[in-house]
Amino acid sequence: MGQIKLEQVTKSFGPVEVIPPLDLTIGDGEFTVFVGPSGCGKSTLLRLIAGLEDITSGTIRIDGQDATNVPPAKRGLAMVFQSYALYPHMSVRKNIAFPMRMAGIPEDEQNRRIEAAATALNLTDYLERRPGQLSGGQRQRVAIGRAIVREPAAFLFDEPLSNLDAALRVGMRLEISELHKRLATTMIYVTHDQVEAMTMADKIVVLQAGVIEQVGSPLELYRAPRNVFVAGFIGSPKMNLLSGPEAEKHGVHTIGIRPEHTAISTESGTWEGTVGVAEHLGSDTFLHVQCPQFAEPLTVRASGEFPVQYGDRIFLTPDPAHLHRFDAAGLRIA
Amino acid sequence: MATQHSRSAARFMMAPAVILLLGWMLVPLIMTLYFSFKRYLPLRGGDLGWTGFDNYVRFVTSSAFWPSVQATLIIVGGTLLITVIFGVLLGILLNQPMWGQGVVRILVIAPFFVMPTVSALVWKNMFMDPVNGLFAHLWKAVGAQPIEWLSDISLFSIVLIVSWQWLPFATLILLTAIQSLDSEQLEAAEMDGAPVLKRFAYITLPHLSRAITIVILIETIFLLSIFAEIFVTTGGAFGSRTLTYLIFQRVLESQNVGLGSAGGVYAIILANIVAIFLMRIVGKNLDA
Ligand SMILES: Nc1ncnc2c1ncn2[C@@H]1O[C@H](COP(=O)(O)OP(=O)(O)OP(=O)(O)O)[C@@H](O)[C@H]1O
Ligand SMILES: [Mg+2]
Repeated sequence: MGQIKLEQVTKSFGPVEVIPPLDLTIGDGEFTVFVGPSGCGKSTLLRLIAGLEDITSGTIRIDGQDATNVPPAKRGLAMVFQSYALYPHMSVRKNIAFPMRMAGIPEDEQNRRIEAAATALNLTDYLERRPGQLSGGQRQRVAIGRAIVREPAAFLFDEPLSNLDAALRVGMRLEISELHKRLATTMIYVTHDQVEAMTMADKIVVLQAGVIEQVGSPLELYRAPRNVFVAGFIGSPKMNLLSGPEAEKHGVHTIGIRPEHTAISTESGTWEGTVGVAEHLGSDTFLHVQCPQFAEPLTVRASGEFPVQYGDRIFLTPDPAHLHRFDAAGLRIA
Repeated sequence: MATQHSRSAARFMMAPAVILLLGWMLVPLIMTLYFSFKRYLPLRGGDLGWTGFDNYVRFVTSSAFWPSVQATLIIVGGTLLITVIFGVLLGILLNQPMWGQGVVRILVIAPFFVMPTVSALVWKNMFMDPVNGLFAHLWKAVGAQPIEWLSDISLFSIVLIVSWQWLPFATLILLTAIQSLDSEQLEAAEMDGAPVLKRFAYITLPHLSRAITIVILIETIFLLSIFAEIFVTTGGAFGSRTLTYLIFQRVLESQNVGLGSAGGVYAIILANIVAIFLMRIVGKNLDA
């Protein structure tokens, strides 16, 4: 069990209100990702849930029970920190055993769980090593192992992959997703990498300055961003957001069109422009196109290779079915 | 490029410094060894010739020897115990965010800047004096018989004075070590269900082990040779005579240079035993 509910939760550091009143429900077994730009309060929110930080007002419920004033150890949550926070003077085995030792679990049960976790996380060969003798990915796995053995109601991850290199990150991402499928335990995962958010989440919570901008499944957010901020934040490369005369043609303040929803042609189209930088990824080509009527260059995607050069003339046609419309307040117009 | 030529030039250039340092160390050592085999009484006939190991035997068999070794070890051990324990506690306290932190930190470090002679005098006359001392007044205020600090519990009193001087040093080193502890580790332990005391025992203390070793090592080196504090307070009476002080008495009060020199050689041996012992522990702790 691991349903977490925040009711009118706020957090202030002195006079600065980091989290204005916030409501959020995280269902049992859900993989929820908090995503948002740096400094928007993701870590703070996670630490409030963990109990490492006292909330200024509001209520936190875990499985329906009021947990607002329950100390962190008693909330039944396990946290994986960005710096891993392994205990450097203890072997991997002792690190993983630590929470069980504190809980007074019998020795043989401890060993059974350590072996199970080590097997699941490929740590069997490293159990007697110190954290200092492990690679970043291995340390990450030890930190996850230490969280698993407690059999918590929910896992909290604070940017666990940000210290790893790109290749390892993709691997660990899969491992964590698999772990979630296998354990079916609630997980809350903080990241500012929207690719991680899109690939891992059942539910994404987009935050900006402590305010929840939108909650929904990755595809909901992709298809129907509630406002300009979410539209620009979810999706890679970013959605092109256009205002001015072109938007007024559609009778709105801002229109948005994703790079992958724009048809490209060298002969004819709605907008005419010149090709700037072209990024050839093999499977896709991303073109940055400067159109005279827009201040910012547009990003468009072409499947496979697209044979254009810097400075070539090009025509773009947005797909009207995928055009997003926003009003002056930045809110989506259905 | 270290050619033959430049290397010999370097040796030549370094020679004065090396010779000076060597001389600085060797001359007193050799003179101590030389006098320790002599019967040399400056005011009672001067150099009376070689005596072999006579001085060594007399120094050890004197009834003052073992008590002095014991006093030395008690003072060193007691001071280490107090400074390390209170250093850790003060370090943790000073690491808490509080009002006036900067001033408090400077105040805590202040005793280190007071000269040993001065601090011993202040303690002797202002705190521990059985008639006019602050402690005496305090004891009288609660209706108790004032303690004769420096005569009844002289070793403890000296340990107290010396600890007061060395606590800032220990606190300073341990505070910096505490500051370098990753707060996420403590939070992880908190989430893992470790209450405050267990967090201290399992996370903070192991993290401090290296700093504690360094404090112990450095303090031991200086504490083995404390002198001013004893000279000023008890003058070596009431069982507070350390090895250093015994040597001083043999040489200057009894005017027996030979006997004192033999004692000096014993002091060197004692210091080395302690040093080897410590290096073992330190080596182990510094490797990790
Ligand atoms: N202890 C603190 N005291 C005062 N302000 C704080 C404290 N901790 C965080 N803040 C402020 O709260 C805001 C949110 O911080 P938080 O660490 O939650 O951001 P974040 O979303 O996790 O960012 P990042 O992606 O960079 O980790 C920031 O503006 C930060 O300056
Ligand atoms: Mg953060």
